[in-house]
Amino acid sequence: MNLEKVVFGFFILLALTLNFGFFLGEFDNPDHHNVYELFAAIVVSLIATVLKFGERTQIGAVLLAASLVADLQLIAAALVWGMAVYVADVGLTPAVMASIVSLSGGALLANLVSATLLVIETSSLQR
Amino acid sequence: MKTSGGTIVPLILRRMRPPLLVLISAYAIAVAGLTLMPGQDGDGAPWRMDFFHAFYVITYTAPTIGFGEIPYEFTGAQRLWVTFSIYLTVLAWLYAVGTIISLIQDPAFRGAMQRARLRRAVRLMSEPFYIVCGYGDTGSLLVRSLTERRRRVVVVDHAQAAIEALELRDLGVYVPGFQLDAEVPDNLAVAGLQHRWCAGIVAVTDSDHANLKVALTSKLQNRSMTVVARALTAEGAANMASFGTDKVINAYDGFAERLRLAILSPDMHRIQDWLTGIPATKLPERPLPPSGRWIICGFGRLGRAVYRELKRLGMEVVIVDRDPAGNACPPDTVAGKGTEAATLRASGIASADALLAATSDDADNLSIVMTARTLNPDIYIAARENDLTSKPLLQAAGVDLPVEPSYILASRTLSVLNAPLLDDFLDQAHGQDRAWQATLAEDIQGVAAGIIPETWTLRVSQARAPAVLDALERGVEVPLSAITHHPRDRTQSLDCLALMLVREGEFTLLPGQETRLASGDRILFCGTDQALGLMTVPLRHVNNLRYMISGESVPDGLLWRLLVARRTGPRHAR
Repeated sequence: MNLEKVVFGFFILLALTLNFGFFLGEFDNPDHHNVYELFAAIVVSLIATVLKFGERTQIGAVLLAASLVADLQLIAAALVWGMAVYVADVGLTPAVMASIVSLSGGALLANLVSATLLVIETSSLQR
Repeated sequence: MKTSGGTIVPLILRRMRPPLLVLISAYAIAVAGLTLMPGQDGDGAPWRMDFFHAFYVITYTAPTIGFGEIPYEFTGAQRLWVTFSIYLTVLAWLYAVGTIISLIQDPAFRGAMQRARLRRAVRLMSEPFYIVCGYGDTGSLLVRSLTERRRRVVVVDHAQAAIEALELRDLGVYVPGFQLDAEVPDNLAVAGLQHRWCAGIVAVTDSDHANLKVALTSKLQNRSMTVVARALTAEGAANMASFGTDKVINAYDGFAERLRLAILSPDMHRIQDWLTGIPATKLPERPLPPSGRWIICGFGRLGRAVYRELKRLGMEVVIVDRDPAGNACPPDTVAGKGTEAATLRASGIASADALLAATSDDADNLSIVMTARTLNPDIYIAARENDLTSKPLLQAAGVDLPVEPSYILASRTLSVLNAPLLDDFLDQAHGQDRAWQATLAEDIQGVAAGIIPETWTLRVSQARAPAVLDALERGVEVPLSAITHHPRDRTQSLDCLALMLVREGEFTLLPGQETRLASGDRILFCGTDQALGLMTVPLRHVNNLRYMISGESVPDGLLWRLLVARRTGPRHAR
């Protein structure tokens, strides 16, 4: 067992699960989407990105790309949140919430790709 | 070939992984903690900071900028947490910045950066360039001569000192220098062996084995380019020539052959000396070596080569060597160094006509020269110069003919690279009679004006001489005189001499001024640098060529052409 691989897999899966947890719930209901969960998803996603730095393999490059997409989507979601509440002062209306959640949905897809690639890489290594 | 981005960016990212993780974690802890600390709003009501403001506060606190407590004054718990956050994030930043600085100073990183820069420089080359392997005396002489003529060069040498010396030289054009082992094929690829503009490779390292490998690799990977290799031994030379190395140069054999030529046919020797010399240096006018009794001090590679050639001429040769048995010297060898008067007397210096100091030590050679001069003031002296730095000393000691291996190697290489037809010409000239050679020597001297002339090959092709081809297509005859005269004044001839014309494999020596040019002709010229530049004018410009042929100056441009055509009939219209 390689500790580095454990940490790597842990963060990729955690990014996916946190993202999924935030995404889950009624689409435009602010009560179903916790701000701490979004924050955790962003932090873990960033950590997962850094962990993928410096990979020379093709699959490593695609993993890094998927991670960067997830970061972008999640940070965009956080920005929408901050803009709506503190800059534009419209508050968390269902429309705002819907766009935040849909952005995080995009990140979820990217995280899913990451996790799938990880599974593929692992299974091809075993044989 | 790996791109520069493929090696450097992952290196940076890999090294930056731990500090980035520390930074992200520190920020995450500080921001999340700040949102959890109980606070109060302006009215004293319980309030928790939101992520937006928490991130803002930590962002200006972490780099110790500090805008104060916003949006409301902090409570004790919040202040406690911010204090903790400052230490946490500042330390994280220090760690990250420290890592970046140590990365920049890391020799491995700097090496990778420099290699990437050099690779980029080679990749972006957009004109023909040469690779020179080995930057010693010969290599530096070659690089200087090539760059002086604005040729691009890439240098490969395994010694750091050599590459540093190259970087300190002011060569006028940028010469990328790779500190790499030329024996490794991949390293030559890095230096641009497979580059489409790579015109030739010169292997002038101090090792026969390295030169052999360079020549082999080059011939295998890029068949079309010129490969010139230095050989230190006869076996090495034969080996390299066997697989098609374009030119194998052995300094000592080269010198010995020249010496024989100088004794046999002095004029031919002068021609060869001038045409293959390093351009823009002084035209050598040396006393010619005499035939008669020779003394050779030192029976090494040079001594052996000269001995063989002199014996072929049937001359009497006495060898002086330290170790006659060990060096397989001929039977009547005088044992000794040659630096003492006694040894030289024993070899019969008083009645000898010439002496060659050929030991591998410049101090010994110098001592031999001085002793010999005292014993026989009229003797002709040749001396081997092992190191470029001994040149002034040997000159001061009154050496008639210095043997400069680096000069011989560099000049031979240059003549191959600059004028591929030169060797053919010299072969042809060898076969001519003495009177012909003497006249040619006079002619070259007249053109050269005291300095070694440039030699170059002109090809009558669309790329090199578009105006000539254009005229030929229209049925206009172009005599050679059209391009050997001054483009502003066609009565004044340029300082150049057409040595040979090659048409469909046929050699014509010294083609006359009235010779008609044809497409595909190759002409070997020698002359001044200025003539080389001026010659391109009629080759490229239709109007100028017309003036050179007919003496008429015709206005050009669409409108003028129409007007002239109307006035004088269709003669000039195209």
